[in-house]
Amino acid sequence: MPRKTELATPQLAKTPTGIPGLDEVLLGGLPTGRPSLICGSAGCGKTLLAMTFLVNGAARFNEPGVFVSFEESGQDLSDNVASLGFDVPGLIAGKKLAIDHVRIERSEIEESGEYDLEGLFIRIGYAVDQIGAKRVVLDTLEALFACLSDEAVLRAELRRLFAWLKDRGLTAIITGERGQGTLTRSGLEEYVSDCVILLDNRVEDQITTRRLRIVKFRGSAHGTNEFPFLLDDHGITVVPLSSAGVGHVISDDLVSTGVPGLDAMMGPHGIYRGSSVLISGVAGSGKSILGASFAAATCAVGERCIFFSFEEAAEQLVRNVASGGVELQQYIEADLLRIETKRPSSYGFEMHLAHMQRELDRFRPTAVIIDPVTSFRGPDSEVHALLLRMLDMLKTRGITTIFTSLTNSAERTSQADFGLSSLMDVWVSLVDIESNGERNRGLYVLKSRGMNHSNQIREYLLTNDGVKLVDAYLGVAGVLTGSARLAQQAQATIESLHQREEIARRRREIASRRAVTERQIAELQVEIESQEAEVARLIAQDERRETVFESDRVAMGASRGVHANGEDKVRAP
Amino acid sequence: MDEQYDLRLYVAGQTPKSMAAIANLKHICDTHLAGRYSIQIIDLVETPQLAIRDHILAIPTLIRRLPEPVTRIIGNMSKSERVIVGLDIELRSAAQ
Repeated sequence: MPRKTELATPQLAKTPTGIPGLDEVLLGGLPTGRPSLICGSAGCGKTLLAMTFLVNGAARFNEPGVFVSFEESGQDLSDNVASLGFDVPGLIAGKKLAIDHVRIERSEIEESGEYDLEGLFIRIGYAVDQIGAKRVVLDTLEALFACLSDEAVLRAELRRLFAWLKDRGLTAIITGERGQGTLTRSGLEEYVSDCVILLDNRVEDQITTRRLRIVKFRGSAHGTNEFPFLLDDHGITVVPLSSAGVGHVISDDLVSTGVPGLDAMMGPHGIYRGSSVLISGVAGSGKSILGASFAAATCAVGERCIFFSFEEAAEQLVRNVASGGVELQQYIEADLLRIETKRPSSYGFEMHLAHMQRELDRFRPTAVIIDPVTSFRGPDSEVHALLLRMLDMLKTRGITTIFTSLTNSAERTSQADFGLSSLMDVWVSLVDIESNGERNRGLYVLKSRGMNHSNQIREYLLTNDGVKLVDAYLGVAGVLTGSARLAQQAQATIESLHQREEIARRRREIASRRAVTERQIAELQVEIESQEAEVARLIAQDERRETVFESDRVAMGASRGVHANGEDKVRAP
Repeated sequence: MDEQYDLRLYVAGQTPKSMAAIANLKHICDTHLAGRYSIQIIDLVETPQLAIRDHILAIPTLIRRLPEPVTRIIGNMSKSERVIVGLDIELRSAAQ
């Protein structure tokens, strides 16, 4: 593991356990060349943890290991972990692993005088030398207390054993049963002082939560909290939930919500990658379909998505959203989508987070849907903490997340979001608009960090073809929806028809007025022309008379014997 | 009539404990089982694999292989009465 040298303090080398999460909590691993104590009550996973440490060492880190079992036989041990995919017989055959079952039965043994445990040392030493082991597990040493009566000798020998393990540079795990008021029943913690890990199996409200805590780790920093861990068919996974912080990956990348109209309501046309979106709404408002639309949009561009469904079974969800026009089956088959269904009550919160984190790290989705987040019931502070950690977990991984939240119809922004809304980047609220005896669906973007967004309440329809946003019709009383909207649309149609008719009428009117005017113009023209003609006639008449007069005057002059030379100008009128 | 005692004593090197165990055992056997015992001393430092094969934990360990059943005694054999009980000798001497 590259983390080993990176995180370990220079003076303290660490040996990775290879157990997911544990190395993170230990900041690298167990102290190299020193014994570590793992204690816990029966059935809390000590042996499995120890075995995983050895198997990982042998198979992944090229560090062979010896398992000294004081309780189970080699065969039992090997069978127990076979279901986890650990090939113990194969590792043994490959000289990577050795199991030494130290069978001890008190009834067989008579004690007479001084003795020591050199035989045990020789056995371990022999097994270690045979395969060149670097790791050793002693599970559980306390069985010795049951078979040897001389406790003083035993304690002295244990002290010597740990010193011997250290001398040989073996990284060892010693397991011990939890005692009353002490970490181990026989006080093994006195001898192993370098690293002590406590496993705990707590039952609260009939729900079991496994937790792990580093009690001490001399010479090294370590996570101090209790960390939940999973113990199932994937082996041990420790989930260092609290290691998440606010150091999120920030992206300017936009992703589609899967509903074009909703994208358009966000300023930059979509939501930022890695942001968290809260969709709150009452029952039946289509939260799951919106979530599924987002899932489908994610998968459609070839990215992976996990849909955590806390209320519907996977098949049911697929069927239900398919009727709403969102096809998920194809993406499940293409291994792009996974639907994880878990009842909120089936685990404690820690286990849910742990499970979720493991799935995230395993499937590596870019988008996650939590449907609905309100299904977690418990004290508010705990639920809030759960959701906060869930959010951090998703954010640090840069996963775009949709949380759906069921609200009470009475209170639109209900307490049921556990103060989650303030942590969300985008909050889309689905509301019921009740008017005129019908219920319609409205959607608005309550907030959207870092982008301007529409302030409109938009009506949306759950059609056979997915979620559709319809254009808003604003009436005097606000946005119009449903039949009111249809009425408004009809009204608008009628009005525009009226308008067209009015225009046509005006056109006709103008045309006829134009005709009248033109006629009048023509009449006036005619009149003026006739007047002009009259004037012309008069002028002609006048000229004619003038001519006659002139000729008369000339005739008269001639008759009087006068020349007309000097009086030409008189002729002009 | 007399059963043969087949004994194995496991030691680790020439430690005082080992040496004492050998001496003490020999003395007990000579006293109570004269002529009908054999002791094999096994030094686990030389043959460590026998520690695993024969399930040895404490040193010194004495194993009575015969007569059956197999019994074990650990310690330097300084408490001879415990050894005699452990080897089930006394009863047999009485029966004799």
